[in-house]
Amino acid sequence: MHKIVSAIFLAENIKKIEIEAPRIAKKRKAGQFVMIRVSETGERIPLTIAGSDPDKGTITLIVQGMGKSTRELNSKEAGDSIHDIVGPLGEPSHIEKFGTAVSIGGGLGAAIAYPTAVALKEGGNYVITINGARSKELVILEEEMKAVSDEAYITTDDGSYGFHGFVTQKLQELIDSGKAIDYVLAIGPIPMMRAIAEVTRPYKIKTMVSLNPIMVDGTGMCGGCRVSVDNQIKFACVDGPEFDAHLVDFKNLSDRNKMYLPEERQSAEAFTHKCNLLKQA
Amino acid sequence: MDAQSITTKERLAIPRQEMPSQNPEVRSHNFQEVNLGYTAELAQQEALRCLQCKDPACIKGCPVNIKIDQFIKFIAEGNFLGAARKIKEDNVLPAVCGRVCPQEDQCEKTCILTKKYKSVAIGNLERFAADYERETGNVELPAVQPSTGKKVAVIGSGPAGLSCANDLVQLGHAVTVFEALHELGGVLMYGIPQFRLPKEIVQAEIEGMKKLGVVFIPNAVAGRSVTVDELLEEEQFDAVFIGVGAGLPWFMGIPGENLLGVYSANEFLTRVNLMKSYQFPDNDTPVFNCTGKNVAVFGGGNTAMDAVRTAKRLGAEHAYIVYRRSEAEMPARIEEVHHAREEGIEFLMLMNPLEFIGNEAQWLTGAKCLRMELGEPDDSGRRRPVPIKDSEFILPIDTAIISIGNGSNPLIKQTTPDIEVSKRDTIVVDINTMATSKDNVYAGGDIVTGGATVILAMGAGRTAAAAIHEKLMRKKEH
Repeated sequence: MHKIVSAIFLAENIKKIEIEAPRIAKKRKAGQFVMIRVSETGERIPLTIAGSDPDKGTITLIVQGMGKSTRELNSKEAGDSIHDIVGPLGEPSHIEKFGTAVSIGGGLGAAIAYPTAVALKEGGNYVITINGARSKELVILEEEMKAVSDEAYITTDDGSYGFHGFVTQKLQELIDSGKAIDYVLAIGPIPMMRAIAEVTRPYKIKTMVSLNPIMVDGTGMCGGCRVSVDNQIKFACVDGPEFDAHLVDFKNLSDRNKMYLPEERQSAEAFTHKCNLLKQA
Repeated sequence: MDAQSITTKERLAIPRQEMPSQNPEVRSHNFQEVNLGYTAELAQQEALRCLQCKDPACIKGCPVNIKIDQFIKFIAEGNFLGAARKIKEDNVLPAVCGRVCPQEDQCEKTCILTKKYKSVAIGNLERFAADYERETGNVELPAVQPSTGKKVAVIGSGPAGLSCANDLVQLGHAVTVFEALHELGGVLMYGIPQFRLPKEIVQAEIEGMKKLGVVFIPNAVAGRSVTVDELLEEEQFDAVFIGVGAGLPWFMGIPGENLLGVYSANEFLTRVNLMKSYQFPDNDTPVFNCTGKNVAVFGGGNTAMDAVRTAKRLGAEHAYIVYRRSEAEMPARIEEVHHAREEGIEFLMLMNPLEFIGNEAQWLTGAKCLRMELGEPDDSGRRRPVPIKDSEFILPIDTAIISIGNGSNPLIKQTTPDIEVSKRDTIVVDINTMATSKDNVYAGGDIVTGGATVILAMGAGRTAAAAIHEKLMRKKEH
């Protein structure tokens, strides 16, 4: 059992949760993830580690309530516990002195792009961050991103804050302005990552994306998280989760992530029903 | 007839006692154990068949050399607890091995009766003795030697790790077992289904080891959560045993393997066994809803049998084994094949998949297959399957489960480069001690042999435990 030290909402439905996990806190590097199981009957779900405090022995996860498991996790408060955490898993982000590096987070992706932005900065890069959200209320980690960036941009789809448009448009604008970009890391919804790959492809800018396929064990044993990269099977849990955006078969990833949609819906509805009953009680 | 006065002729006249099992019609719809176990009467009858050879060949056929003649004699005499304890002198997990060992290729193959009669049902008797001891609440904790002050880390809580830990703790060492998953037991929990090996049995064995003082740390992935070097240097373990099992499942490398509905056997079985998805939605993890669907398992080993029988229990209309050689070449145990056939599993032999075919939404709809015939023997001595020209056809299926074996998990190799590995990435050891190329680091089980059996892994764990003990005590004297 792992105790939750603090749990606060950063935006509607997006919660920052700090959990006791001393071994993981000590070892984790940017880009790595944990598998968690909220309760005894829960699924094992992968969540990228947003940060850690090795002295306190805690790790931070930023969680958006989507399906049953993430909503159940987001219903937890400080003092509650979660059943299992294992990690840090996956290969850490590849960090070197690229020159000018752009770290792009779309929606919740900002939570994952942030630790890598920190590592890129520490690696001696000129760091540009682009933090995209649907609207102003959903922007997360604005101050944190600003603190590690040489240039920090916010984009909103509805124009309620920062640049009016998508992260891809902002990136294109930067490229068009003549800025020499050596490296791009893009993390967010699959359509966003795919679009970023198409923006950078003509310029041959090295572009990495962090993939989020369905996983079971997270240690390489099951192969459920296999993705097609350069027409080869790769396991996101041990070979990734970061891959070359220009070689990833995003369509296949997107299709495979739909495998359990009916079951996910069924679980989510049952969870909503349970929550409503609890509210009435 | 009693054990004292029975003549050889009378022994030979007793037929081999069949293992009672659940009716196939019933059991193919539930996850309860297929075999029901011998009654005391059946066990004694079967035990009387043993000729008590002067130089028993069966013992040589057993990878851990259980004193088979002696334990069977005890059963014949009605001393069931004595039998259980005799087995436990050599085998830590008799209730497990009595169920999952390939006896027909080991002890029962070398039984003197095999040539003219049917071999003594050694596996069934082993299981009976172990179950009797456990079910009557008579499991005795073995004596533990005084503390040696030495610490040993065991990585992996599968058969190799458990047997190694069990021996070491009894010899007085402080043993900590690190397990990657949230449940202890490794392949015994995630791989072998409940209907073949009830999980309660594995858990009871592990509880016993906890009582002896073994410390288990779940959710700790070797190479990620902790590395071998960290265990030796920072956590000051005197020795490390690596029993992490086989690793990444192989796929066939044919088009369409990433379609929705295509699983590795590891994934399918892990979802069902470890995550209990057969109890969805009470357990959150789903698995493909096989009800009324066609499921094909590609492969012919025990894992393939486990997967196809699991699919049948999940409601599959047709559950196929698709294998590119003939039944005679299938590596699965005879009993598993027999049980599968009784349960209505359809065996499609001499058939090689070329491609998986999907619909618009990328869901699997079929497998394009080629019919084969047997040609000349290959390197493995099995007759090589050769394609029959123009024999392509499409087998309509909704789920494909690929069960063609596993490669090695790369995490140890990546994080501990000074451990020598083979071309296949298995860890290289001295087979007399299971010592690796790295000082104080030992390894055993599937990470050394590639996919093999529970009993071989257990034997390796024991060999390593003896070598570790010897080395640690030698060091101590200096």
